[in-house]
Formats: sequence, structure tokens, C-alpha cells
Amino acid sequence: MELCGAKRLGYFGRSQFYIALKLVAVAQSGFPLRVESINTVKDLPLPRFVASKNEQESRHAASYSSDSENQGSYSGVIPPPPGRGQVKKGSISHDTVQPRTSADPQEPASPVVSPQQSPPTSPHTWRKHNRHPSGGNSERPLAGPGPFWSPFGEAQSGSSAGDAVWSGHSPPPPQENWVSFADTPPTSTLLTMHPASVQDQTTVRTVASATTANEIRRQSSSYDDPWKITDEQRQYYVNQFKTIQPDLNGFIPGSAAKEFFTKSKLPILELSHIWELSDFDKDGALTLDEFCAAFHLVVARKNGYDLPEKLPESLMPKLIDLEDSADVGDQPGEVGYSGSPAEAPPSKSPSMPSLNQTWPELNQSSEQWETFSERSSSSQTLTQFDSNIAPADPDTAIVHPVPIRMTPSKIHMQEMELKRTGSDHTNPTSPLLVKPSDLSEENKINSSVKFASANTVEQIGSNITRQRSHSGTSPDNTAPPPPPPRPQPSHSRSSSLDMNRTFTVTTGQQQAGVVAHPPAVPPRPQPSQAPGPAVHRPVDADGLVTHTSTSPQQIPEQPNFADFSQFEVFAASNVNEEQDDEAEKHPEVLSVEKASDPAGSLRVAKTDSKIEEKTAASAPANVSKGTTPLAPPPKPVRRRLKSEDELRPEVDEHTQKTGVLAAVLASQPSIPRSVGKDKKAIQASIRRNKETNTVLARLNSELQQQLKDVLEERISLEVQLEQLRPFSHL
Amino acid sequence: MAVCVAVIAKENYPLYIRSTPTENELKFHYMVHTSLDVVDEKVSAMGKALVDQRELYLGLLYPTEDYKVYGYVTNSKVKFVMVVDSSNTALRDNEIRSMFRKLHNSYTDVMCNPFYNPGDRIQSRAFDTMVTSMMIQVC
Repeated sequence: MELCGAKRLGYFGRSQFYIALKLVAVAQSGFPLRVESINTVKDLPLPRFVASKNEQESRHAASYSSDSENQGSYSGVIPPPPGRGQVKKGSISHDTVQPRTSADPQEPASPVVSPQQSPPTSPHTWRKHNRHPSGGNSERPLAGPGPFWSPFGEAQSGSSAGDAVWSGHSPPPPQENWVSFADTPPTSTLLTMHPASVQDQTTVRTVASATTANEIRRQSSSYDDPWKITDEQRQYYVNQFKTIQPDLNGFIPGSAAKEFFTKSKLPILELSHIWELSDFDKDGALTLDEFCAAFHLVVARKNGYDLPEKLPESLMPKLIDLEDSADVGDQPGEVGYSGSPAEAPPSKSPSMPSLNQTWPELNQSSEQWETFSERSSSSQTLTQFDSNIAPADPDTAIVHPVPIRMTPSKIHMQEMELKRTGSDHTNPTSPLLVKPSDLSEENKINSSVKFASANTVEQIGSNITRQRSHSGTSPDNTAPPPPPPRPQPSHSRSSSLDMNRTFTVTTGQQQAGVVAHPPAVPPRPQPSQAPGPAVHRPVDADGLVTHTSTSPQQIPEQPNFADFSQFEVFAASNVNEEQDDEAEKHPEVLSVEKASDPAGSLRVAKTDSKIEEKTAASAPANVSKGTTPLAPPPKPVRRRLKSEDELRPEVDEHTQKTGVLAAVLASQPSIPRSVGKDKKAIQASIRRNKETNTVLARLNSELQQQLKDVLEERISLEVQLEQLRPFSHL
Repeated sequence: MAVCVAVIAKENYPLYIRSTPTENELKFHYMVHTSLDVVDEKVSAMGKALVDQRELYLGLLYPTEDYKVYGYVTNSKVKFVMVVDSSNTALRDNEIRSMFRKLHNSYTDVMCNPFYNPGDRIQSRAFDTMVTSMMIQVC
């Protein structure tokens, strides 16, 4: 103010006013505030002012903003004749039209003449308005200026509705406010004034939604930092949020938000885009932060700002610590943010990185979440998954490396969920389960998935039951009850019977390809069987080792196949030798198939994840052995997890699979579970294991498929050979 | 790399179809249209069991000389069809699956938008961005 010589005159004379306007523009453009700058900078963008007064003002401002570009030159135009004031008034009424372009320069002048009156009008016109026709607001401007003028004439003491801001201010401040509305270079003082004015407006406006939108527009029009939400704006948004959802921590459902934002009269396509930007977690509902961001974007759009492609940093909902700091930082710094009031909201690329840092993590989790949600049919799994993000790394680790896409098999998911009632493992497991399904034929997939899911479920449940289930199928079952039911599409617990049926069916299918394997498999389990049960048990609280040991012994491809998934899931956890042995066996079996590589990679990946979860020692050892090492480690982990009751039902289903495991399982209970010590960690590890299981199971099915193909080729080649043989004899 | 991505609604009308603008897009449209029959055939074949058991990923629907067509159907009978270039050293099946998964996720996000009416053409920019990324590079 001093710069423009106001002091000298004691008021905003026309010339001073113009100078002030220019200074505001300069300041808004980010140039140093100097008198000289006014003259040097020719193309000052029209200063943006917070439409603190009312919608009309914002509307006017909008129109003005459009004119701002045109008016850049007006910086050179200094004080128009005092008569402008009247002109301004008239022009204000044409809010939407913006014929004021020429009148704009006049506007500043008019205020000069009667500062108290003109300010209200100028701001109106200056508001960026042309971008979007504020449909019913046209009348408002007409009314607005009038009342504004009068209050202003009252020397800002406060009066007219919404102009309360103006009131109570000494002449300079109101002028500042007024200036703020007008395209005058905002000084820092002006900016500070905005909050006050905005605040008042907020209180004034709580009326119709249309009005609200206008107000918001107004308030947000002061986008010094185009996307920063000022305090008063935020307060306004919060109030609006409360009208829809009294609980500030709650959500606004999509339908309510849709109605609310539809009132802003923006095209649906734009509202849709705004929603996409602001619904950060893509849950179909808006939290307070998301709502504020959406509201802010609506206001911005109404004021003519184009919607960004990405959510500006200052609008990001508080996701994690980074967010908070970013948002907090933005709010206070609103003064003098950017001289670029242009439509394109400055995408805060510099600040984005910080958000992006958090974002990748969120993306990660959201990816996981997404993948899981894809698979799971219930939101419960989603929720669980979120909790998974925080917990042990193994879960996440497992998830990441797993390249296989899990089929979002609803059935499996449901089964898993049923099995895991209340456990958080469902998420991890289900995806794993789903994966196997993709690998092989339906039956195969189902069986494998069932195995995987059963295995994972077992993890959740008591290890004992798991063991029993495993042992049930192995010939060495000492006392193993049928293996835990693998999650089958149709049912969760009662799938035991189905599993058996499935196994028999799948066995038939798999036998062809698997035939080669069974012979290899039995030998493996044998050696490990004896030591396995005894050793595994005591070694790991999980007792998964035993499970794994028994599983290989299972012999039939299916059990092994299932075991693989289990093993792989638990890979890292087991340190037992037997596990290594089993791992070796598994690799052997796997190696038979061509697809050992992918399996290996998967397993290795799993192993890596497992390593994190369980003992590192076992992991390296396992890894050295081959791909299967993953299997053993998971087993012990699973066992431990299985200590819960959930395993029991699964046990039934596993009859076929684990004969030896049953024995191990039997001994399992005796092993003191240190599980109780860290339930959460266990559950987390269970989840991870399940996920790994699923992945491995899927890999397994794929490999099985390949094996079958190879065998078929072999058969065909043999046939050809036979055909050719007679000739050779000749 | 996908040369054409299409989202078909349950009633078999396209919600979203986009091709790399190299050649006449009509050809791709036609391929997608003909692949719908194959999709239905697979769905009915798999669907004899419980729907839940049915896999969402349908796999290679049919190969042509230059292209391969992959299909994916959601539980709400919304189909995703992707045409890939055969010359592109065969994308692994898993890659195709991951592409479909991304498609499905993006489609879900579009559905979550309350301003989107199911059955409307998909005009979401985020969805477009995702599809573009899939078409530009192998996912």
C-alpha cells in the first residue's frame, strides 16, 4: 500500500488504486514488489482475488480473470476517470458476459473514486467467470454490487450480508479486500485479508447449494497456490461435509456425493473426473480429506481452472505421514503462492515427489489390495489385506515377487474366507488359492487350489490338524485324520469329501502326467519321513516341517503337488534338515517337469519372502537345494499357524495328501507352540504363507500342465518311432 | 503389446474399445465382435459347473495369422477382449493375465465412480491412461 503512495493520499486514489492493482498483479506473478516492476512487467496477469464477498464477486472475478489476460496491458493504464465507478457498476451486472474487458481497467478507477463502493463491484467482475457460465448467478452480480457498494460506502463497517468482512475494517483494509477482489496486485496484506473475508462469507453462506458452490468458487478463486485450500475454505468444506455426514471421520457414500456435486452444475463428465481424482483410495466413498479435495476441485473448475490430470499434492488426502506434512505445509504458506493464476493449476511436480514416495508404498499396498480384492469376493478380505500391509514383511514380500496372476476365483476366496473366519489370512491365502486355479485345468486347478488353500488354511488353523491331514493321505499315516479340507469352490469346511472326490478325479487326470513323478516322490519322503516327524516337530514350533516331510511322502502327485504349494509358502521358515530333504525331493519332482524354471523362480521368490519371515538359515539352505526349499520352510510356519482350530476341518480334506504328515501332525501338538507369543506375527506369516502357497500351487499346476504336454509329445514321438521301426528292420 | 482393447458389456455392446491407430480400426472392431461368440462358447462350456468355479481369464480365444485374441470375463458378464500382435514374441500367458487384471482393476475403479452409470461408455481418463500404457508397451 505504501508503494502506491496511498499513504500520501490517505486513501486509494485512482492512481494509487491502479498502482496497487498492478502491484497485486506483480506480487501474484511472483515478481518482487516494487514500484518499478509495475512498469517493467507488461503482461501482468490479472491479479486474482479471493472472492471473499459473495458469489457475485467470484463470478465477477471469474469474468475478470478471463479478462486478466487481456488486461495485462492495463497495467499501463492508469487511473481511469472517476466516472468509471458507475461504469463498473453497470458492467458488474453483466457478470457473465464480460464485456467488461474494457471496463475492467475502469473498475479500478471507479473504486478510486468511491473506494467504499467500488471495491465490491470490481472484485465481482474480476472473478474468473468466463470459464464457466455460472448459470443463475448472473442475477446475483446485479444484486451483489449494489449491496456491496452500499456497505462499502458505509466505510466498511461491516454490514451487508457477506460483506461483513468489509465491515469493521478500517479504510485501508477494506480497500485491500476490495483490491483483492479486483485485479489489483495483491499484496501480502491483501492475502491476509482474504482469510478474514472468506471466513465471513463462509458464515454468511450456508445457504443453497448453488450459493454454496458460488461461495466456494469465490473462496477458492484465490488460488495463489492454485490447489491449496485456505483455512476458511477448508472450514467451509468441513461444514458442508457435516451437512452430509455428521461424523467427520466417516465416509460420504458415492450416491450422496453425487447428488451434492451435481448441484454445482458441472457436466457429469467433469464431475466424474473430479471424483476419479479425489477418491484416493477408490472405495466409492469420500472421507473428509477426499471430500475437501473434491470440493476444491469443483470450485476451481467453476472458477475456470482446468482439472489437473493428477491430484495436486495439496489436495491429497492424508494417507501417511508424508501427506500430513505436505498438507499442513501447504495451508500456512498460502500467501503469495503463485503468480500463475491461469487455468492450468500448477501441478506441483516438485512437491509431488514427496507424495509419490508415499504413494508408491500405497500403490504397492493398493496393488496388493487390488489383487486381493480381485480375488476375494468379500470386502472382508480387502480389509484384511490392508492390515496385511502393515504387518510382517513376509506377507508383502511374498506378494510382490509372485508374478502369477491369481484368478479371482470367488469360490476359492469364499472358501478361504470361511475357513479363515475372522482370520486375516484369508486375503493372502485366497490369492494364492486363486493362482493355482489358473494354472491347470479346472479340476487340477481346483485340486491344487484346494490344496493350497487347505494348506494355507491349515496354517491358520492348528498345525496339528494340518499334520493330520497330511498324514492322512500318506501311507505312513500313523494316526492322521483326513487332511484338512481344501477349500473347494462349493464349500469350505465340508470340502473334505469333495476334496477326496476331486483328488480322485484329478488324480486320474494328473496321473498321466504325474505318473512319472510318483515313483520319484515316494523315495523322497521316505528318508525324510522318519526323521521328519521326529525332527520337524521339535524344531519348529510350527511343525510345518513335519508337514512338509509328510507331504512329500504322500507320494501321489497330488499330495506332493499340494505340498509344494505348502512348502513353498513356508519356505523360509523351516530350518530343519528334513525340510531341506523334502525340498530336494520336491525339486526333483519339479525338475521332471519342464517348467521347473518358472517354478523355481517362483519358489525362489517365495523363498526369499519366506526367508524374511522365518529363519534365514533355513532359507539359504533351502535355496541351495533347489527350488523346493521353499516348501519345507513354509511347512513349519504353517504348522505353527495351524495350531488354531481352523486346521481341523481342513484336516479332513487332506486325507489323501498327508499320510506322513499325519504322523507328524500327531506329534505336533506336543510341540510347545511359541505361537502364542506373537499372534499377530504368526497370522501375518500365515497369510504370507498362504499367499506363497497359492502362488506355488499355481506354479505347480502350470508345471504339471507342461509336464503333461511333454509326455504327450513323447508319446506321439514314440508312436512315430514305432511306425518307423518296421522299416529299420528291413 | 495390445493393439486393441475392448470392454464389452453384458448385453454385448461395447463400453470401451480402442485400437492403436495404425490401421483401419474397423478390422479390430470386427475381430472383437467375432470373438464374442468364442467368449460365449467358453463361458457356457465352463459355466456348467458353478459359476464360481469358472475362471475369469479365458485365455486365447482364437489366433489369426497376424493377431491373437484373448478374452477375459468378469463375474458380472462384462467381457474384456484384447487383441495382440502375433509378431510380438509371444507374450507369456502370465503377462496377458496381468494385463487383464489391470484392466479389471481399472474397470472396477470406473464402476466405483458414482458419476458413472453402468452401461455408459467409459470415458474415464484414468482408464484411458491405463489402456494407453498397455498398448504402448508390453505389460
